[in-house]
Amino acid sequence: MKTPDSHGSYGSYADYTTGDPVVDAKAPAGPIAERWDTRRFEAKLVNPANRRKHTVIVVGTGLAGGSAGATLAEQGYHVVQFCYQDSPRRAHSIAAQGGINAAKNYRNDGDSVHRLFYDTVKGGDFRARESNVHRLAQISVEIIDQCVAQGVPFAREYGGLLDTRSFGGVQVSRTFYARGQTGQQLLLGAYQALSRQVAAGNVELHPRTEMLDVIVVDGRARGIVARDLITGKVETYFADAVVLASGGYGNVFYLSTNAMNSNATAVWRAHRRGAYFANPCFTQIHPTCIPRTGDHQSKLTLMSESLRNDGRIWVPKAKGDDRPPNKIPEDERDYYLERIYPSFGNLVPRDIASRAAKNVCDEGKGVGPGGQGVYLDFADAIARMGKKAVEEKYGNLFDMYARITAENPYETPMRIYPAVHYTMGGLWVDYDLQTTVPGLFAVGEANFSDHGANRLGASALMQGLADGYFVLPSTINDYLARNPVGGEVDSQHPVVREVLAETEERLARLLAVDGDRTPDSFHRELGELMWEFCGMARTEEGLRKALDRIPQIRDEFWRRIKVPGVGEEFNQSLEKANRIVDYLELAELMCLDALHRAESCGGHFREESQTPDGEAERRDEDFSYAAAWEFTGTGEAPALHKEDLVFEYVHPTQRSYA
Amino acid sequence: MKLTLRVWRQKNADADGGMSTYEVDGISQDMSFLEMLDTLNEELILRGDDPVAFDHDCREGICGACSLVINGDAHGPERTTTCQLHMRSFRDGDTIDIEPWRAAAFPVVKDLVVDRSAFDRIIQAGGYVSVPTGAAPEAHATPVPKADADAAFEHAECIGCGACVAACPNGSAMLFTSAKVNHLNVLPQGAPERETRVLDMVGQMDDEGFGGCTLTGECATACPKGIPLPSIAAMNREWLRATRKVSRG
Amino acid sequence: MPRTIWDSSVGKKTVMAVSGIVMLLYLVAHMIGNLKIFFGPEDINQYAHWLRTMGAPVLHHEWALWLVRIVLVLAVVAHATSAYQLSRRDIKARPSKYVHKKAKSSYATRTMRWGGIILGLFIVWHILDLTTGTVHPGGFEHLHPYQNIIDTFSTWYGNVIYIVAVVALGFHVRHGFWSAAQTLGVGSATRDRVLRAVADVLAVLLTLGFVAVPVGVMTGVVS
Repeated sequence: MKTPDSHGSYGSYADYTTGDPVVDAKAPAGPIAERWDTRRFEAKLVNPANRRKHTVIVVGTGLAGGSAGATLAEQGYHVVQFCYQDSPRRAHSIAAQGGINAAKNYRNDGDSVHRLFYDTVKGGDFRARESNVHRLAQISVEIIDQCVAQGVPFAREYGGLLDTRSFGGVQVSRTFYARGQTGQQLLLGAYQALSRQVAAGNVELHPRTEMLDVIVVDGRARGIVARDLITGKVETYFADAVVLASGGYGNVFYLSTNAMNSNATAVWRAHRRGAYFANPCFTQIHPTCIPRTGDHQSKLTLMSESLRNDGRIWVPKAKGDDRPPNKIPEDERDYYLERIYPSFGNLVPRDIASRAAKNVCDEGKGVGPGGQGVYLDFADAIARMGKKAVEEKYGNLFDMYARITAENPYETPMRIYPAVHYTMGGLWVDYDLQTTVPGLFAVGEANFSDHGANRLGASALMQGLADGYFVLPSTINDYLARNPVGGEVDSQHPVVREVLAETEERLARLLAVDGDRTPDSFHRELGELMWEFCGMARTEEGLRKALDRIPQIRDEFWRRIKVPGVGEEFNQSLEKANRIVDYLELAELMCLDALHRAESCGGHFREESQTPDGEAERRDEDFSYAAAWEFTGTGEAPALHKEDLVFEYVHPTQRSYA
Repeated sequence: MKLTLRVWRQKNADADGGMSTYEVDGISQDMSFLEMLDTLNEELILRGDDPVAFDHDCREGICGACSLVINGDAHGPERTTTCQLHMRSFRDGDTIDIEPWRAAAFPVVKDLVVDRSAFDRIIQAGGYVSVPTGAAPEAHATPVPKADADAAFEHAECIGCGACVAACPNGSAMLFTSAKVNHLNVLPQGAPERETRVLDMVGQMDDEGFGGCTLTGECATACPKGIPLPSIAAMNREWLRATRKVSRG
Repeated sequence: MPRTIWDSSVGKKTVMAVSGIVMLLYLVAHMIGNLKIFFGPEDINQYAHWLRTMGAPVLHHEWALWLVRIVLVLAVVAHATSAYQLSRRDIKARPSKYVHKKAKSSYATRTMRWGGIILGLFIVWHILDLTTGTVHPGGFEHLHPYQNIIDTFSTWYGNVIYIVAVVALGFHVRHGFWSAAQTLGVGSATRDRVLRAVADVLAVLLTLGFVAVPVGVMTGVVS
């Protein structure tokens, strides 16, 4: 039953067509260490005097968007920037805790650009592009310099030099941090740089304004449709290029560590307008989150995985052992990560730690309400380092845990459980960070480029800032120089009127249904479905079930949704409902992508593809590519465009952390 | 738990507002305060009423979006953000008053949502280091004594939620402004703009219509991040120093 | 620079702090002078005479006294004007009150604002009473403070007005001194306790010192 309409809400698919391969035409050949230099040299420049005439729209003010907006404005472009929050300072990058990697080798512990590159490609389970990752490792060094100069108060040692720690499954100490608030401090740095440009008149800021569509005219991105969240007015904005820095789509799962209002609308609408969506099934489930307490749970809170540096993870050896943790003797505890992965122990990469937690809980050894938790124990660390040192290092995380659970982690072990945290997939971009729609760029978590199938700890901040401060400002010039200010596009242009009308109609329809279910009820239902079938472990059967069910939920959504109020006012229910419209489509693509990728890699674990001892089995001969999906219509089978991944420097091996 | 909520309802910036009373039932001790409001809103939507508008986003105490005055206290009875306040801080049968931040510089947008863009303009006036991307020296070129780095961090923790303004009987933004001034002025990286920063930021703060400081200390008591009251004295010191220096030079 | 200071809320607070400290220094001297009443009419009347010959022979009769008076008037005017303007700003910055009133409302703001107004009115009365003698209850005699003071404190209202004002002064100094230290940037986390202690001691000493006079008259120690 397919009734295509402008919202395209009906129909389903569990199949796809295969289109032409997609090629990253911008990445230069040659020695990998020289590629970024080569590209910067080959990229055309825009005469500084002409930059003012170019308007660039930036959507989002997180690490990637904030740094991109500030830097483009510093270069002389006219930047028009949007965020749904009331202030650019509140973008969700602010919640990142652990740290940011950089190949500074300040510790003289054998680190180098090449090693960071190697670790990231390997950590991504060989599903990322070598060229991009190498560039990221090169730029990491400059990021630290930039942030320190901005006044980011990184942790320092008594000698006044920067402190580093080892983090998330690597064996060198290259993670710079600011207590447990690294994301906050880096974001404030970018926000301050952006604020400076706002004051200078180079950035026109639109807070509380949410992008609802991209305007593509003659094959090029020329603007966006956005809704003023206070007045509810939907308006159009025009530019010579559009940069999406709108973050990830983890909120498809309803419960995640993302902010409540983080959403997929910008990337999904871009996808509908022609931008390919790559590897949507690559989601990262973070192992150290605070378990949920009940159905009222609105979001999950992550605790930095730096906790795994000193905390030991265990469950009782016996199933259903409900003694309090302190009453369980040492020899009746299973420190399962240390047992299974003796050389990495508690520091195995996130996907492995998460899946191991799921496995022990599935075996019935989980602790806490519903058996959905494992212990993270600091008793040994407190005995070794003293309570004061533990407090110094992790005090704010312990406080956060105590605040949420009303338990004292200095005395009882914390309970943790994995939660959706980051989405490695995103809009497909080339080496220049340009999507398949000319003039439409994607930076930070919104793109797919650097993390492959699993993101290493402390590399999201690195990628966001690399994209925003250094990569995009160098590559967008090339597009703008080759496409001098184009034909006039204004609100009267037929394409613009059509896009605007579509958006307004979608909102009007949400308000008109006047059904009997709240937006949250649909979101929760979809999230539970996705967590069950497209979460930590996926099966063909489960994914097919989800693919059957999602169109039904979508159908029900358009029949039963209830959004009170009107469009032209501050209406948070309408905002929410409109985001769910896009989740209900994106979820389907995520499941299809997970279904088609019949291998296990990184955060994507297909139960059908595992080694005899239960480890993920990658199938390079069939799946060594990035899957870039082309939208063909809601409920229509999308087209798959494969980008072959070539590994010249880091040779794929089966990841082993044993 | 069963609770009576008295909530400030105001259709928009121009409308008159007032307190409306709602009963909520089945509230769990483990819910966060905002999850309790979610529960109320779900009921209101199904009843066909307008749900209560409130700002919130990260719900982990760091973005600074949430902003409720609960029983007369900014962020409620515990020293934390509203999103990290849990219902175990209340008792079954309690009546809870929920109001928006109150200050002339923070006009109400709707219900419990206020406009805090004045804070952004204070930062725009000088809350930054002028270092364009690419212009930075090697990070280890300037060691920063740990004590200074820690002091900078202590102030940089401010989340810009505005509780200080909401709690202040004068609607003053001195604690917020001092947090950013001290964060940057204590660092060698912030030194070249030390004087203009404090003068411009204080000037902007005045222009936004915030009140002056009478050192009642309410701001520091309400601050979920523990920005201490002496930050204000430190900023005053910077301001006087800058005034002397600028008039001489 | 003066413009920068006067145009800024922080600058006006500085004006308040500096003028407040000037008045505070004066009050300490004034209080010590007052205590002379306990040593008999000769002592205090001579002291009153000396005030007029201060600085002689360099300064002409009463020049030093007038200089002090001018400085004090300037301090009072600066203090009151900035207080008034800052209060106006503060009240405007918080136009709507919270519906839920908290039990602890601002002690400091209240004592400063209302205390300041009480002290302002008191100064007027005090000058008319004991400097010009305009509203003095007995026969005011120039340069005979001993008798004048006894006259004033022989009336119930003289005692009431004076004691209320002195208590207000104590509270005002207690928050004002500490507050001035903050405004002038002297305050810090480490110095806070010392500053608060100094403020408390000053407030108590001034209150006791000033109250001693009417109490002395009332109890007949001074007669």
